[in-house]
Amino acid sequence: MSGPEVNKPAEEAAEPSSTPTSTSVPGAPGNPGTPGVPGAPGSPVKPEREGGGSQLVREIMSGNAMISVLAVVVALVIGGILIAATDARVTTALGYFFGDPTATFKAVWASVSEAYGALWRGATYDPGSRTWKGRLGIFETLTFATPLILSGLAVTLAFRVGLFNIGAKGQIILGATFAGAVGFLIELPPGIHLLAVIVAGAVGGAVWGGIAGFLKARTGAHEVIVTIMLNYIAVSLVLYLLKNQLKDPNSSNPISPRMHESAMFPLLLGPNFRIHAGLIVAVIAVFVVSWLLERSTLGFEYRAIGANPRAARTAGMLVSRGYITVMLISGALAGLAGVTQLAGTEKILDSDIAGSIGFDAITVALLGRSKPWGTFFAAILFGAFKAGGTSMAINADVSIDIVAVVQSLIVLFIAAPPLVRSIFRIKVARRVGANI
Amino acid sequence: MANDHIDLVVESGQIHSLLGENGAGKSTLMNVLYGLYSPSSGQILVDDVPVSFSGPADAMAAGIGMVHQHFMLVPVFTVAENVALGAESTSFGGVLNLGDTRRKIREISAQFGFDVDPDALVEDLPVGVQQRVEIIKALVRNSKILILDEPTAVLTPQETDELMEIMGQLRDSGTSIVFISHKLREVKAISDTITVIRRGKVVGSAPPDTSTTELAAMMVGRAVNLTLNKADATPGAETFKVSNLTVMNDSGHRLLDNVSLSVSQGEILAIAGVQGNGQTELTQAVLGLHKHVLGSITLDGKELVGKSVSQVLESGVGFVPEDRQDDGLVGELSIAENLILDLYKKAPYSRGGTLNRSAIAQNSVEKVSEFDIRAQSPRDAAHTLSGGNQQKVVLARELSRPLKLFIASQPTRGVDVGSIEFLHKRIVAERDAGTPVVIVSTELDEVLELADRIAVLFAGRLMGIVPGKSSRALLGLMMAGLSAEEASEQMQSQKESGTTGETGEGVQL
Amino acid sequence: MSITAKSETPKVADAVAIRSWKMPILLGILSLFSVVVFIILGPSGTATFRISQDTDAWQVPDLVVPAKAVGALVSIIAVALTYLAWRQTRDSGKIAKWVITSFSVVFVIGVMVWIIGGTSTQNITLVGLFAGAMLITTPILFGAMSGVLSERAGVVNIAIEGQLLAGAFTAALVASITGNAYAGLIAAAVAGVLVSVLLALFSIKYVVNQIIVGVVLNVLVSGLTGFLFEKIMKTKVDGATIYNQPAHLPNLPIPLLSEIPIIGPTLFRQSIIGYFMLILVAALWFGLFRTRWGLRVRAVGEHPKAADTVGINVNRTRVINVLAGGAVAGIGGAYFTLVAVSSFSKDMTGGLGFIALAALIFGRWNPIGAALAALLFGVAGNLQSILSLAGTPIDGQFLAMLPYALTILAVSGFVGRSLAPAADGEPYIKE
Repeated sequence: MSGPEVNKPAEEAAEPSSTPTSTSVPGAPGNPGTPGVPGAPGSPVKPEREGGGSQLVREIMSGNAMISVLAVVVALVIGGILIAATDARVTTALGYFFGDPTATFKAVWASVSEAYGALWRGATYDPGSRTWKGRLGIFETLTFATPLILSGLAVTLAFRVGLFNIGAKGQIILGATFAGAVGFLIELPPGIHLLAVIVAGAVGGAVWGGIAGFLKARTGAHEVIVTIMLNYIAVSLVLYLLKNQLKDPNSSNPISPRMHESAMFPLLLGPNFRIHAGLIVAVIAVFVVSWLLERSTLGFEYRAIGANPRAARTAGMLVSRGYITVMLISGALAGLAGVTQLAGTEKILDSDIAGSIGFDAITVALLGRSKPWGTFFAAILFGAFKAGGTSMAINADVSIDIVAVVQSLIVLFIAAPPLVRSIFRIKVARRVGANI
Repeated sequence: MANDHIDLVVESGQIHSLLGENGAGKSTLMNVLYGLYSPSSGQILVDDVPVSFSGPADAMAAGIGMVHQHFMLVPVFTVAENVALGAESTSFGGVLNLGDTRRKIREISAQFGFDVDPDALVEDLPVGVQQRVEIIKALVRNSKILILDEPTAVLTPQETDELMEIMGQLRDSGTSIVFISHKLREVKAISDTITVIRRGKVVGSAPPDTSTTELAAMMVGRAVNLTLNKADATPGAETFKVSNLTVMNDSGHRLLDNVSLSVSQGEILAIAGVQGNGQTELTQAVLGLHKHVLGSITLDGKELVGKSVSQVLESGVGFVPEDRQDDGLVGELSIAENLILDLYKKAPYSRGGTLNRSAIAQNSVEKVSEFDIRAQSPRDAAHTLSGGNQQKVVLARELSRPLKLFIASQPTRGVDVGSIEFLHKRIVAERDAGTPVVIVSTELDEVLELADRIAVLFAGRLMGIVPGKSSRALLGLMMAGLSAEEASEQMQSQKESGTTGETGEGVQL
Repeated sequence: MSITAKSETPKVADAVAIRSWKMPILLGILSLFSVVVFIILGPSGTATFRISQDTDAWQVPDLVVPAKAVGALVSIIAVALTYLAWRQTRDSGKIAKWVITSFSVVFVIGVMVWIIGGTSTQNITLVGLFAGAMLITTPILFGAMSGVLSERAGVVNIAIEGQLLAGAFTAALVASITGNAYAGLIAAAVAGVLVSVLLALFSIKYVVNQIIVGVVLNVLVSGLTGFLFEKIMKTKVDGATIYNQPAHLPNLPIPLLSEIPIIGPTLFRQSIIGYFMLILVAALWFGLFRTRWGLRVRAVGEHPKAADTVGINVNRTRVINVLAGGAVAGIGGAYFTLVAVSSFSKDMTGGLGFIALAALIFGRWNPIGAALAALLFGVAGNLQSILSLAGTPIDGQFLAMLPYALTILAVSGFVGRSLAPAADGEPYIKE
C-alpha cells in the first residue's frame, strides 16, 4: 500500500469565503448554540443550554428593512393568488381560458383589486361609506393596533432577554379578568376607577407572566412550554370565573356584566369612533420600553442576559432575577393589552377576550425585529390588516381569515431572508451565514 | 483562510505528526481530509488514487478514521451502540444486532489491552476510556489511516504514555497514523515524520530528532524567548484562604474534594492539572457561581462562600474566566459595553438607573489604548475581535478597578504569541502591585513561567503545593494523581535505578 | 496507572447536602388537599363504578364503594406516604420510586371516588368513560407520535396543531368530493406532510428558529383552512353544502377481542384509524429502540455532529422524520372529520395539538409514555364532559386544566426529570 496523499495544487487561489470564522454562523465551533460535547465525568457541569435563546435574539435582531418590505409584498401576492383562485368569476373565466384568455386576467384583476381595494379603504379612508366610522377606517386601524402594540411589546421585551413569551394570550386574559373584576364588581370615583382598572390588569398579566419567569429561573422549565400551557389554563380559569364569581346574573352565557362607565377608557373622538385613550397608554409604553431597553441599567442587564446569560452571570448579574422581572414586566404589558381590549373596546368580559391578539403579538414582535418602535409600526400594519379585513369581508366577500394567512407568510419570509432574496434574485455580498 | 495550499504525504505504517500552535489550521486540515469540510481547491489521493469526499462516509470508505478532539460519542448511548452507529449489523428488517458489535469490541479490546465494557453508558466512562471507544470505532471500520486530533489534551501524562503505546502497536500492525498536536515532547517522542504548520501553511518537515528549540521556532515563526523577565515574588500577608472546600454537582459527585490553600499578597499561585480535574469548579466556587459548596473561602478575613457573584466582585475580586466567549464577553454587545459589563451599576456609568453613555465611551477610549486592543471602533460588537483582543478586553475590564484578588483561568488559551507576552506582563504587573494572583492553566509551560508556587489538582483533590521552579517530571506525576511526597519519592527511586522516564525533562520551552 | 472509575455512587452525606424538597412539598400539598376535600368536604353515600354494559356477553358485577370511607383511607395512606417521602429525603436525599408510584395511584383512586360520589347519580360507566375518551385520545396520540418522530430527530414540533387541522380539513374535503373516506384519509396524510414540508424547509433549510416556524405555521393553517372553509365548504350547490359532507370510516369491531370488558369497547371497536394507532405506537417504540433506523434517528437528535462523523446524513434524517410526523398527524386530523364528527368546522382541533405536545413531554419523548399520557388526558377530558351533565363537586374546567398543569409540573422537575433529546431545537449546519 502506498501512502495516501493530500495534494493541494497551487493553480487555484482559495476563495476567501471559505474562512470558517464568522461567529454568526449558527452552530459554528465555539458558538454556544452547538450541542455540548460529552463532558468528562470529572467535570459533569453541562454548559447551560442557553444557546437557543441568544441565537434567537441574534436571528430576530438582524436583517434589514428591505427584506421586511419585500416579505410584505410576497405575502400579499400569495394572498392575492388565493383570493383569485377561489373566486367564482375567475374559475368561470378559466373554463373558457383558451377561447378568451383576457377574460381570465380581467377576472383575476377584478377579484384581487376589489379585495385589496376594500382592505385599503377599510384601513385608511373610504369616501363611499355612509358612517363616519366606515369612512375614516384609519381610526379603526389604530383601535385594533392598540392591544397589538402593548402585547407586541410584551413579546419584544422578553425576546431581548432570550425568552420566548408565547403566553401573551394567557396574560391578556388574566389582565382583562383582573381589570374586569375591578371594573364591574366595585365602584370608585371616575379617574381613580380607571386607574385602578389599569393597575389591576397589569398585575393580572404580571402574575401570569411571572409564573413562567419564576419556573424558568428556579427550575429551568422551558418558558415556551410553560407559557403555552398557561394559555389554556387561563382560558379554563376565566370560564370557571365567568360561570361563578364574575357571571352576569342576567345572562345565561358565561359572560360578565358590563363595565361601569367610570372604569372605561374615554373615547378619543366621540361616539362615532371606537378609538379610545388606551392608545395613549400604548404609546407611553413604547417610550418606556424603549428607554428601558436602550438607556437604563436594567435594560443593559437584560440585553447582556439575552445575548449571553453565562457571561452575564459571571459579571455578577442575577440571571434568574432577570428572567423573573422581565416576565413580570412582559406579563404586565400583555395584561395592559387585555385592559385596553376590555375597558376600551369590548366592555364585557368573555373567555374569548384575547381573540387572536396573543399570537398576533408574536408576529408583530417578529415583524418589528424585536425593537420597540419597530413593534409599534408592525402593530399599526397588522391593525390595518384587521380593520381592512373586516371591510374586505363585507364589501368583497373575502373571508377575514386571509389576513391570518398573509400575516403568517410575512413572518415566515422575514425569518428566512435567503428565501426572499432568491425570490427577487437579490445578489448580496457573500457573507457566510451572516444574515441568518 | 484556515488552510492555504498545504501539501502533505503520509506513508503507510508511519506516525506522521502535524505540529502547530493552537489555531494554526491543523484541525481544519484534518476535517477536510475526513470529509467534514470541503476544500475550495486541491485534491486528496489515497493509494495514489484521487478521491473526493462529500462527507465522512466517503472518507471512512476510503479507509480514513478519525478520533476527534471533542469526542463524537452520543453520551446516552452504550459503547456498543456508539461503535455500531453508522455501520450497524442488522438482522431481518433493519433490527439491530448488537451482539456482533459487542464481539468485535471485545476482540479489539483484547488485542490492544483496552478495558472497555460494550454495555457501559458512554456518559459514565472516564475521558481516557471514551477516547479508546473512539479508537475502537475507527478500528471496527478497518481504517488504514487513523487521524488523532489533539488526543492528549484531556489526558494525564500517564494516560498519554499509554496512548503512545497504543499508537506504536497500531503502527506496527500497519496502520498509518496522523497525530495532531501542539505539544513538542509528545510529537518528538512518537513521530516518524513531523510536519509543522503555521497560519494555515506548511512551514516545513522535520525528522523527530530535530531539536526542541528548532521545532518551536518553526511552529511560532520566530526564535522564541518565552521566558518572562520577572523578579522573584516578595509575598506579603496571606489574605486569600481556601479551607476544606468541597464542590458537588447536582447528582452529588464531588467535583472538588476538601481542598485547602492560601495565597499571599504579591504572589502568583498557579493551579496546574489536566483539564476537568476541578479547576473550573474551584474558580466558580470562589466567584459564587456554584450551587453546592461546602467549606470556607475568605478574603481579608471575610467569608465569600454563600455570597452572590456581585458581592464577591464587590469585595475586590477580579476574574478572567477560562472560556471568554461563553463566560467573559457578550459577543453581541459593543466593546465599550463589554468593558463595563460588571461595572454598569456604578458611577460614573450609571446615573440613577440610566446609563451614562459619554462616560462609557470615554472609558472605552482609555482602555482600548492602554491595553492595545486592536479594534476599528469601540462601538463594534465584541465578537468581531480576534481571540487575543477579546482576552485583552476581559483583562482590561477586570484590572480596571482596585483588586484584592485576581484570578485568571487559561489567560492565554487560543491567543496569538504577541498577545501572550502582553497578557503575561500585565498579570505579573498586577502581582508586583501587591495583589494575590491565582492562575489556572492546563499548559505546563504557562504554569512554570508565571508561578511563584504551583498547586496541582487531580480528580478534584489537591495533590500538593510545590515551588514555582519544580521539575516537569514531578508536576507530571502529581497531575497523574500522586501526592507531592509520593511523586518526589518516586523520582528519587527512579534516579537511583537510573531509569529516567518519558516524563523527564525533555522540553524547555 | 489505570483510569479511576468515576461512576461511584455519591456519598449519602453528599446526597443529603444537595437534596431537593420539591417532591415532599408536592406530596404534602396533595395530602392536605385529600384530607380537606376527601374527608371534611367529602360526599357521603356510595360511588358506583359500572364495568360491564348491559349488552356485554360477559357481565362483571359493579364496583360499589362507600365514598367517605374510601376518601378517609386514601387520605391516611397519602399522609403516611408523604411522611415516608419526607423522611427518606431527610435521611438519604432520595425517595424510593414505589412511594411516588403508590401515592399517584392512591390519589387518583381518591379523586375518582370523590368525584363520582359527589355527582347526583353517584355512578359512572367505566366503559363509557374509557371508550368515550378515545374520541379525545386518538388525535392527541397521533399528534404526540408526530412529535416523537420529529423531536427524536432534533426538530421541535410546535406545529402539531396545524398538522392536525390540515388533516381534518383535507380529509373532509376530499372525502366529500370523492365520496370515499379512505381517499380522504390518504389526502389527510398528504396535507400533514405538506405542513411538514414547510416546517422542514424553514427550520432545516433556512435555519429559522423552530419554535417560531411552528407557531407561525399554526396560524397559517388556521387562516388557510378558515379561508377555504368560507370559500369552498360553505358554497352551496343546489341548496346543500356538498363539500363538507365527508363519507365516514366504518367501525370494524374485532370478534372476541371486542367483547373483553372495558378494553374491548375501548380498543377493539374502532375504525381503521384506531387500529393503525395501536400498531403505530408499538412500531414506533420498536423502531426507535430496537432498529438501525431508530439508533440513527436518536443519534441525530442527541448529538448530530457525532452522527455526521459516522456518515449519517443529519439533515436528510431530520427532513424524513419531520415529513413522516406530518403524515401521522395528518391521519390523526382525519379522525376528526371521518370518525369523530361528520363535518369540518373552523379551528375544530381546539388546541388538542398542544395537548399532544403536552403528552409528548409528559411521556418523556417515548412513544409508549406519550400514548399513556394521551390516554390519561383523554380520560380527563371525557370525564369533564360526562360530569358537566351530572352536577359535581369539582368544576369541569379544573379537569380541563389537568393536562396543562401536569405538563408544567413535569417540565419544572416536580414529576421526575423530563429530558428532551439533547439537540432538540438545535439546527445542524455543516461548516
